Amino acid sequence: MVYAVHFAVAVLACYLIAQVLTRSTWTYNSPRVAIVCWQAVGLALGLAAIGLPLAAGLAPYDDGVGNALMRLASGELAPGFGLAHAALVMAGFGVAGVLTGTTVICGLRALSAQRRHRDLLTLVARDDPAAPGALVLDHPSAAAYCLPGVRPTVVVSAGTLSLLDRAELAAVLSHERAHADERHDLVLLPFTALCRALPWAAWVRAARDTVALLVEMRADDRARRQHMDGALAAALLRFASAPSRVTPAGALGIAESRSTRPLPITLSIADSHLDARVRRLLTTGRPARVRGAIALGVTATLVVTTVALFVG
Amino acid sequence: MRLGELERAVMDVLWDRGTPLTVREVAEALQNRELAYTTVMTVLDRLAGKEMVERERAGRAWSYRPAASREAYIAQLMLDALDLSSSRDAALVRFARSVSGTEAEVLRAALAEEAADGRDGKD
Repeated sequence: MVYAVHFAVAVLACYLIAQVLTRSTWTYNSPRVAIVCWQAVGLALGLAAIGLPLAAGLAPYDDGVGNALMRLASGELAPGFGLAHAALVMAGFGVAGVLTGTTVICGLRALSAQRRHRDLLTLVARDDPAAPGALVLDHPSAAAYCLPGVRPTVVVSAGTLSLLDRAELAAVLSHERAHADERHDLVLLPFTALCRALPWAAWVRAARDTVALLVEMRADDRARRQHMDGALAAALLRFASAPSRVTPAGALGIAESRSTRPLPITLSIADSHLDARVRRLLTTGRPARVRGAIALGVTATLVVTTVALFVG
Repeated sequence: MRLGELERAVMDVLWDRGTPLTVREVAEALQNRELAYTTVMTVLDRLAGKEMVERERAGRAWSYRPAASREAYIAQLMLDALDLSSSRDAALVRFARSVSGTEAEVLRAALAEEAADGRDGKD
């Protein structure tokens, strides 16, 4: 039973560390360290969630999870190993199946969405000397994004080209290339999968959103290194205050009747994120070395301990 | 010429003409590129496989037309780009999202209208 308790403690520790990391702001000054910490917490949480029912089911063996599983597989039935125990072991495998299954499904869905997106880009996007190395979509709304993959593609809309000046655009393109270089889509994948697997867990969603913000900050940092101070912040602010530029042919009636009222402003997560990003770009924060090192130490210990619980 | 460029050239012909075209007609429109008939057929086949063109019998040959307008495809890409598409898969990494409710409605309306047009056209 002692192993099950250890796993339960590990789950609790993951939850608590996630709470702390979600609320911390030192992470804004060291986004890369924070991203690594989050990966560690995610990994430890997954392992502990698998290990907890396994260890509870294998308690009669009074052995480490790995050894006990081996003994069970070789046909050795420990005294007191009953149906309930077998069910718990199955539940452990079930959790493992759901976690890897959702991650694989999420990855495959993203891949197919990316393929479709890439196919459509081939047909309708164009090169533009104003945005070197990027594709341009002829649409008046402002958008800039990276289509990740082996051959990543940076895309901006015509609305972005008219919204930003040359320096701002260059900074935005660098930001997108940083996403592509560091494969931030893969960084986010396990958290998106975890959200799918546990749609009712608000704290998992909060974790995902936090990691998404950190990834943006990391890309901001990369872009900031190569460009004038302020260009990126200015670009962000322009995006935030970009008016609705869509003038639909055939839907004018709707648009006109709406334009007499103030536009509905939905304060989404994206907006508060934008605010945090601009703020930190305009102030020079020092990297949080001490707190970063502590967080790295704690989360690394967490992973090592959880893995050791399986092996030991 | 790369396959993607060919697909794009073929779609451009279909979009610009606005009427269903046979393989031969597309090949003639692309005369300056000196493409073999079979090449054009392969490209149209691929596009049909990706559901980007629809084909129907026209006498003994097939005729092809775009499954949606250029604008509708751009609207689809923009919905993806602004994280408004229904699938919401972690497919893209965005710089920033700034979109009003109206903008989203307009983009969706463009797509819905396109779908309705497509149905009318088939009747």
